[in-house]
Amino acid sequence: MTQVLTSYDKYLEDLQEFERRFPSSGFGRLSDIRESAIASFDKLGLPTRTQGNEDWKYTNIRSLASTAFQYVFEPNFERVTEAQLKELAPWDDSWASLVFVDGHYVEALSTASPRADGAHIGSLTDAIVTHKDIAERHLAKYALAEADGFSAMNTAFLHDGAFVYVPKDCAVERPLHIIFVAAGDAQPTVSHPRALIVLEENSSITIVESYLGVSSVPYLTNSVTEIVLGDGASAKHYKLLMENADAFHVGTTQVYQGKDSAFRSVSFVKGSAIARNNVSVLLDNPGGNCFLRGLYLTSGKEHIDNHIDIDHAKPHATSDLYFKGILSGRSKAVFSGRVLVQKDAQKSSAIQRDKNLLMSKGAEVDSSPSLEIYADDVQCTHGATAGAVAEDALFYMMSRGIDKETATLFLIQGFAREIVDEIQLTTLRDYVETRISGALPNLRSGQEL
Amino acid sequence: MLEIRNLRASIEDKEILKGIDLKVNAGEVHAIMGPNGSGKSTLANVLAGRPEYRVTGGEVLFEGKNLLTMFADERAREGLFLAFQYPVELPGVRSWQFMKSALDSVRRHRGLEELSIREFDKLYEEKLKLVSMDPDLMKRSVNEGFSGGEKKRSEVLQMLLLNPKLALLDETDSGLDIDALRTVSYGIDQFRSPLNAVILVTHYQRILNYVSPDYVHVLVDGRIVRSGGRELALELESKGYEWIKDSVGISN
Repeated sequence: MTQVLTSYDKYLEDLQEFERRFPSSGFGRLSDIRESAIASFDKLGLPTRTQGNEDWKYTNIRSLASTAFQYVFEPNFERVTEAQLKELAPWDDSWASLVFVDGHYVEALSTASPRADGAHIGSLTDAIVTHKDIAERHLAKYALAEADGFSAMNTAFLHDGAFVYVPKDCAVERPLHIIFVAAGDAQPTVSHPRALIVLEENSSITIVESYLGVSSVPYLTNSVTEIVLGDGASAKHYKLLMENADAFHVGTTQVYQGKDSAFRSVSFVKGSAIARNNVSVLLDNPGGNCFLRGLYLTSGKEHIDNHIDIDHAKPHATSDLYFKGILSGRSKAVFSGRVLVQKDAQKSSAIQRDKNLLMSKGAEVDSSPSLEIYADDVQCTHGATAGAVAEDALFYMMSRGIDKETATLFLIQGFAREIVDEIQLTTLRDYVETRISGALPNLRSGQEL
Repeated sequence: MLEIRNLRASIEDKEILKGIDLKVNAGEVHAIMGPNGSGKSTLANVLAGRPEYRVTGGEVLFEGKNLLTMFADERAREGLFLAFQYPVELPGVRSWQFMKSALDSVRRHRGLEELSIREFDKLYEEKLKLVSMDPDLMKRSVNEGFSGGEKKRSEVLQMLLLNPKLALLDETDSGLDIDALRTVSYGIDQFRSPLNAVILVTHYQRILNYVSPDYVHVLVDGRIVRSGGRELALELESKGYEWIKDSVGISN
C-alpha cells in the first residue's frame, strides 16, 4: 500500500511543521489532547476497511485515504471575499458570523463580536487563553480521538476553530453563522475545522454551520463540532454541506445533552465525491429532547453517508430522526441510524425514519436504521423507504396543463417540504428551496442513466 | 369539437377499446355508460393522454387538431380536462401553487396574461363557493387527507377554474352521498355553456337526474353498442346492463 504510505508521510510531515508553527506547550491540557490524538491516529489510521466494519460498510474511502492532502499553513485569504460568501452561503445581515478559510479564523470577514448578548463568540485560539477553564473542561471530551481516526486526525491538528460560550440563563437572540471555506488552489488540501459550543444551564442560541468550497482542486474537510447542552439549555442547529462536487467531507457533530435540554438540528447536504455526516448525541440525563432532520440531494457519481448515533443513557428522553434524500444519476446515499436505549433509559421514546426519492435507475440507497434496546418500557419505531417519482402524480399534474419539468419540480419540492418546513430561519429556508429548484436540471439529466 | 374515429387502445397488450366512434359538438353533454370493465374509464384516460395506454388504431381530432400526438399537458392547454375517478394525492404540493400554476400555463397558451395573485385569489374564492368547499382545505397539500367527496369536489373546482372546452368526468359521481352529488352536479351545471362540452362517464344514471345529457352512449366490451337520448339511461336503469348485452348479442 505505497499510496497510503505517501499520504501518511505527508500527514507526518505536516504534523511536524504544525507543531513548529503552532506549539501547544504552555496551553495546559491542549498539549495532552494533541499528543494523545496523535497516538490514537497512529493506532487507528483511517477506516479504509469496509468488510467487517459496520461503521464504514457502504462508504469506501480508499480514494480519500490515498490522496496526499496538504495542510494549509498560510491560507490565501484573498481567494475568499464577502461577495463570494453572500453568493455561496445563505446570507442575512442580521446574523452574526465567524468565517474560517481552510480552518483558520478570518477576523476581517467575521461580524460576530466576542461579547454578544452576554455570550462569548470568537476564535478557539483566543478562547484557549481567555476562557481557558471552559475550553479545557470541554474540548475533545465528547468527540473522542481514541474512537475514530478522522476525529483523531482533526484533534492532532487542534489549534484554531469556532468557540461559543453561552452562560447560564442567557438567550442569544442573533443567529450565529459559522462558515468554513476551503480555498486551496495548487494541490489537494485538507482542513480540520473545529467548533466548541457550550451552553450553560437554561441558555439558548441558534447556530448555522456552513461548509463551502471555492477551491479549484479536490480537498478534504475533516470537521469536528462539539456541542454541550447544560440542564434546560436549548440549541437550534443547522448544518449545510455545500462542498464542491469533487470534494471529500467527513464531519462529526458530537452532542452532549443535559437534563431537559433540547437539541434541534436540521441538515441540508448537497452531494460531493464523499460526504460523510456523523451526528452523535448522548442523552446522558433525564428528559433530554433530540430532534434531527436531514435533507440530502445527490447527482452524478456523488456519495453521501449520514451516520447517526443516538445514545439514550437516561430515562424520559426523546429522540426523533427524519432524513430524506433525493438521488439521481449513479449517485449513492447511505443512511445508518443507530439508536441505543440503555438499561436505565426507561420511558424513552425514539423514532427514526429515512425516505428516498430515486430519480434514476442508477441511483442507490443503503438505508439501515437500527435499534438496540436494553430497557423494557420504551416506545421506539424505525423505517426506511425508497421509491421512484410517481408516474400517476406526474400525469395528474400534466393533465392540468403543467409541463413535465414543472410537475417534476413540484414533486421534488413536495417531497422535500417536510424537512424544509422545519427550517425556522426564513433566509436559510429560502436558500435551501432555491438550491433544490436549482438542482433540478442535474437531477433530471441523470434520469436516463 | 371532438371527433373520435375507430379508436383502439390497449394496456399491457390487452386490447380495451376496440373501435370507438364518437362525435361531440360544443354545447352538448354526452353520457357514456357501461358495466365495469367495459372501457369507459380507459376512453376518458386515453383522451386525456395517460401514458400507460397505447393507442393501436384510429384517430381523435380535437378542434380539428390531432389529439393523439400531444402529451397530456398539451392536451390540457388546448382545452381538455379530465376529472379523475381517483384523484391523486400530492404530498407537500400546495393546492394553491398547483392550481395557480395550472391556470397560468393554460392562460399563457391561450395568449392571455397570467392572473395576479389578487385576481387569482378572487377567482379561486368564487369557484370554491360554487362547490361549497372549505377554503382551509386548500391550504393543505393537493388532495392530501381529503375525503372521497372532497376529492371529487376539488376536481370540479379545478374544472371551473381552468374552464376547459371539453370536460371529461370519469365517474365523478361514484362514492358520493346525495349532498355531495348535488354539489358536484351544481358545479357541472355552472360550467355548462354553448361554447363547451361535457362527457360524463358513469356507471349509474343517478347523476343524470341532475345533469341532463343530450346523448347517452352505452359502452360494452370496448365498443359503443347503443346510442340514444336521455331515455336510454332510464331504460338501462330499469333493465340493467345484462339487458343491453343480450340485446346486442354479447354474453359474458
